[in-house]
Amino acid sequence: MYGYILRRLLLAIPVLVGVSILVFSIVRFIPGDPARIVAGVHASQEYVERVRAELLLDEPIHLQYYVYMSNLLQGDMGRSSFTRRPVTEELFERFPNTLILTVAAMGIATIFGMGAGIISATRRYSLFDNFTMLFALAGIAIPVFWLGLMFQLLFSVQLGWLPSSGMETWKNLVMPAMTLGLATTALIARITRSSMLDVLGQDYINTARSKGLVERVVVYKHALKNALIPVVTVMGLQFGTLLGGAVLTETVFTWPGIGRLLVDSILTRDYAVVQGAVLLLALLFVLINLLVDIIYALLDPRISYGTQEVD
Amino acid sequence: MILMNNKTDQISQLQTPKSDSEIRQVWRHLRRNRMAMIGLLILVLFLIVSIFAPMLTQYDPIKLNLINALQAPTSEHIMGTDWQGRDVLTRILYGGRISLAIGFITVVIGLAVGIPVGTISGYYGGKFDLFVQRIIDILIAFPGILLAIVVVTVLGVGVEQVMIAVGISTIPIYTRLVRGSVLSVKEEGYITAAKSLGIGDARIIIRHILPNCLGPIIVMSTFRIATSILWAAGLGFLGLGAQPPDPEWGAMLSNGRVYMRTLPHLVIFPGLAIFFMVLGFNLLGDGLRDALDPRSRKYG
Repeated sequence: MYGYILRRLLLAIPVLVGVSILVFSIVRFIPGDPARIVAGVHASQEYVERVRAELLLDEPIHLQYYVYMSNLLQGDMGRSSFTRRPVTEELFERFPNTLILTVAAMGIATIFGMGAGIISATRRYSLFDNFTMLFALAGIAIPVFWLGLMFQLLFSVQLGWLPSSGMETWKNLVMPAMTLGLATTALIARITRSSMLDVLGQDYINTARSKGLVERVVVYKHALKNALIPVVTVMGLQFGTLLGGAVLTETVFTWPGIGRLLVDSILTRDYAVVQGAVLLLALLFVLINLLVDIIYALLDPRISYGTQEVD
Repeated sequence: MILMNNKTDQISQLQTPKSDSEIRQVWRHLRRNRMAMIGLLILVLFLIVSIFAPMLTQYDPIKLNLINALQAPTSEHIMGTDWQGRDVLTRILYGGRISLAIGFITVVIGLAVGIPVGTISGYYGGKFDLFVQRIIDILIAFPGILLAIVVVTVLGVGVEQVMIAVGISTIPIYTRLVRGSVLSVKEEGYITAAKSLGIGDARIIIRHILPNCLGPIIVMSTFRIATSILWAAGLGFLGLGAQPPDPEWGAMLSNGRVYMRTLPHLVIFPGLAIFFMVLGFNLLGDGLRDALDPRSRKYG
């Protein structure tokens, strides 16, 4: 098991190095002078030259990458050309907001998705089951940004129940989290249902029933635990979708997170911030996947043994 | 990254019908699937109205008509008009062309790179395979729409740029899918037989391996078109995709937002168009996946 975890950790290193190379390349691929691009359109010539010297932009590319990585490892991602503040400061100010939104969306998706999936599986072909399956189909086809606007129309404009933007109270979190979590809720409901149906058809469930166990115990104690493995897989996969979706959701609800910062920075050509935001989101995604891989191996020991055999 | 590859791996295991009778069997199975047929019907409708848009409407999707600006839906303008007096229904009909083009072209870009790289990677293995897999790991490390955003940042905004950006983000998915399919097909007896007859690698790949990987590729493409349409609309909404006056659905939504409180039709209709088109591809994709899966075909 420890060998497996160590191998997963080691495998993440080249991925992270690759991600850093890609992010480092962004400003170098954009047509124009990289020093001007990093310094900003309105920066003085003096500042542009300072950036050029700091980033060794006249030196060979490998030296430039070396400086980029050295700065990065010391927590220096440069300065925003828009606010002139350090990029790390901007990112860490916004990061908790994105984390709150993503975790809340995943929480909603887990509770409602799993709940609906379990009820659907135990009441197959009922009205509830049909409705859940219809919702599961529609949920993944709804554009997240459109859903956000529809929620704003309904809950803010028509009913006046919830604020349409900002993040002053917990009420501000409800709509963005529902918006971001809907597609994942739909997917989790679908996977939980089919996984539960698979497990409920197994011999050991029939045995449990024939022993006279109460149906609730059969479903929640015997079936659910085994049905959870594919659900955890999907949840891991969905974190990426949620982080990507956060870019759109944060824009709809003017939620001050990393996603909105990224879009604003692209539109204002603040490339130092763009690089930082992309790197942070990718890093987060890699780490979450690493964590889920490890949790998955802990839940199902066959994974790590299987990998060892293959290796 | 076991989990990230899961869906791709599942699809790569699907079978490809090898004879006319098997194709007929798949079609029979698909035809019996009511949801898949609804999906197909939605898509055929979108295709027809997009192609024949000029015959279906008398209005111009781009020309300004400020006297008619910001009208609620009427019998003359069923979906109302936008802030520049353009008929919303007309723009949605023409917008279907852009979305369908984005969906198909991004998939073509993904296939154009994914098929050769994935095939060589899967067939020959070795250092090339190892190298390709590490590159794919890096590209897949960007969550959801983010890689497309990165590419758009470099290329700039516009419909063509979005097609390239979303297409590039599709490449790792196809490379991995094709590699997986090739890996499973190359172990089949008929490939070993072809090799023992002295048939060259290129011929084996083109005549025997690739045709047998078509099933998974078709299923994945159906889902990817849906995702590409969603992502392109998302980029349009963020202001990073199609630019005015292009009648792209995401950009229409973004521009209509300002008037949302008083004229909600400006955001409702373009969103519904995206939703139904994506739903159509997803339903068809689900149906195709079931029809090409021999296990579900047996019981279906």
